[in-house]
Amino acid sequence: MSAAEPLITARDLVKRFGDFTAVAGIDVDVHAGEAFGFLGPNGAGKSSTMRMIGCVSAPSGGTLRILGMDPVRDGSAIRARLGVCPQQDSLDPELTVRENLTVYARYFGISRKVARQRADELIEFVQLTERAGDTVEPLSGGMKRRLTIARALVNDPAIVLLDEPTTGLDPQARHLVWERLFQLKQRGVTLVLTTHYMDEAEQLCDRLVVMDGGKIVAEGSPRQLIDRYSTREVVELRFSEATLDSYVGKLESIGERLELLPDRILLYADDGDAAVAAVGNRDLRPSSVLVRRSTLEDVFLHLTGRTLVD
Amino acid sequence: MVTLVLPRLAARAERRFQRAAAVAGRNVAAARHVGYWWVLVSGFFEPVLYLLSIGLGVGALIKGFTLPDGRTVSYAAFVAPAMLAASAMNGALAETTMNMFGKMKYMRLYDGVLATPVQPFEVALGELMWALVRGSIYSVAFLGIMVGMGLTSTGWAIAAFPATVIVGFAFGGMGMAIATYVRSWQDFDYIMVVQFAMFLFSGTFAPVDSYAWFMRIVVEVTPLYHGVQLLRGLATGALGWGLLGHVAYLIALASVGLVIAGRRMGVLLYK
Repeated sequence: MSAAEPLITARDLVKRFGDFTAVAGIDVDVHAGEAFGFLGPNGAGKSSTMRMIGCVSAPSGGTLRILGMDPVRDGSAIRARLGVCPQQDSLDPELTVRENLTVYARYFGISRKVARQRADELIEFVQLTERAGDTVEPLSGGMKRRLTIARALVNDPAIVLLDEPTTGLDPQARHLVWERLFQLKQRGVTLVLTTHYMDEAEQLCDRLVVMDGGKIVAEGSPRQLIDRYSTREVVELRFSEATLDSYVGKLESIGERLELLPDRILLYADDGDAAVAAVGNRDLRPSSVLVRRSTLEDVFLHLTGRTLVD
Repeated sequence: MVTLVLPRLAARAERRFQRAAAVAGRNVAAARHVGYWWVLVSGFFEPVLYLLSIGLGVGALIKGFTLPDGRTVSYAAFVAPAMLAASAMNGALAETTMNMFGKMKYMRLYDGVLATPVQPFEVALGELMWALVRGSIYSVAFLGIMVGMGLTSTGWAIAAFPATVIVGFAFGGMGMAIATYVRSWQDFDYIMVVQFAMFLFSGTFAPVDSYAWFMRIVVEVTPLYHGVQLLRGLATGALGWGLLGHVAYLIALASVGLVIAGRRMGVLLYK
C-alpha cells in the first residue's frame, strides 16, 4: 500500500437488512491523518457504514477496502489496526477501569507488561486516574465514554472509529471528549466519526459527508459546504403570531433565500445586519431577531428540508 | 511446500489459541472480584448434598452393589462417580448457557470483543476453556471427598480427573451452542427440565439395565449417560474398551457444539 493510497475506500457501498436498505451506495475515501465525519440524522445509515468499516458487518454490495485489505476476508487483520468507540458503551461491567484496558489489550495479543503500561498512560490521557481501581458501573456517562475512547486506543490504532462520540453527554463532558479527540488529531491519528451535531462536525472534521436516507447528499470541508450550500450569515426571525406562513410573502427578496420552520423563519444573507434593516423597513415587527454565522445545520436544512436533530 | 505451510498453520493456530486464552483471561479477572466465588462454591455443594443424602442415606438401605465385572461395591461408591459427572455437567452448563447468554444479550460483552482481532470461534473456545477451569475446580474437590470417604482410591481418582475434563468439555460445547439459540430467560426453564431429567435417569441412581428397552435407548443417546459410565468405570477401576467409546462420544459432542456456537455467534453478532 503506497502512502498516498486512502486508508479507507468505499465504492457504491450498500448495506441491506432484509428489505430495508440502510446504506444505498456510497463512495468514500479517507486519507491518512484526516479527521473524517459522517454527518446526518438518526437512521441516515451512519452507524451501518461504521460497522462495515469496523469489519463487524459484511457489505451487501459494492466494494470496501480498509488499510489495503478486504474486510470480509481479512477482518481480523484489519480489526487489529482499528480502534473502535461504539455508540453504545460496550465496557465490561464486571471489571475495573484499569482491567477494562488491560483485558482488552490482551485481545490484541499485547503482552501483560505492555498492556499495564499502556493502560496507565491512557487512563491519565482520559483523566480517570483517580477511578482506575473502581468498577465501571458507577461511572458517569462522560467517564464511561472517555474510558471507551481510551480502550479504542489501547492497540495504538491506525484508524480510530467513533460512532456518535458525544451523544447523550452533558456539555461539560462533551467538551472534555472533544479536547481529547482534538489532541489525537494533532498527533496525526486518523479519525472517522459519525455525529448528528453540526458543532461537533465543524470542530473536529477536516472533511465530511452529509448523509440522508442511506445516501451521501454533499461532501467537502465544513467551510466548503457552508460556502457552497449556504450564505455567510443567517437571520433567525420569530414572530408572536402563531401563523408564520403569512410572513413568507412579506419577506420576499430580502437576502438570498428563506426557510420556514415551525417556530421561526430563517433568512439567508451575506450581510445579516442589512437584512435585518430591510425587515425593519417593511414595517415587520419580529418578537426576536438573531443574526448568526451559517452552520452545517443550515447546509443540512438546505439539502434535505429538515433539521438535523429533531 | 510443507516446510512453508506448516509453520504458518502453526503460527495461526497459536494466535487463535492466544486470543481464546485472552477471552478466558477476562473471566479470571472478573472472578477475582468477590461475588463470583460464591457462585462457584454453591455449584459444588449440590452434588455433595446429593451424595450425602442419597449415596449414604439410601445406600444404608441397600446391601451392596454388583458391578458388571462381578465385584461388589457399596451403593455410595456406585452413586458417587455419577454425582461427579453431574457436577461436571452442571458446572459446564451453568457457565456456558446462562453466563454466555447474559454476556451476549445483556452485558453486550462480545460486541466489544469482536471489534478486536478476536473471532467468534475464539470467543467460544475461550469461554469453554474457562468453563473447564471452573469445572475442574469442582471435580478436584469432589474427587477429594470421594477419596476421603473411601469411595475410590487416590490412583483411580487421578485417572478419573482427565475424564471429568472431557465430560465438562462435552457439556460446555453443547451449552454454548444452546446459548446461541436461547431467546429469553424463560427458555432456561426448558434447559433445566432436560438437565434434571438427565440427572435422574442417566444411570445415575440405578443401573440402566433396570429400565425398559426404549427407555434405555433414549438414555444411551443422551450425553450424561456416557459421562456417568466413563467416570464410574474409572472410579471403580472397571476398565474396558467401552470407555473409549464414551470418550469418543463426548469429544464429538464438544466439537460439534463448539463449531455450531462459533458459527451462530458470527451470525448473531456480525450483523
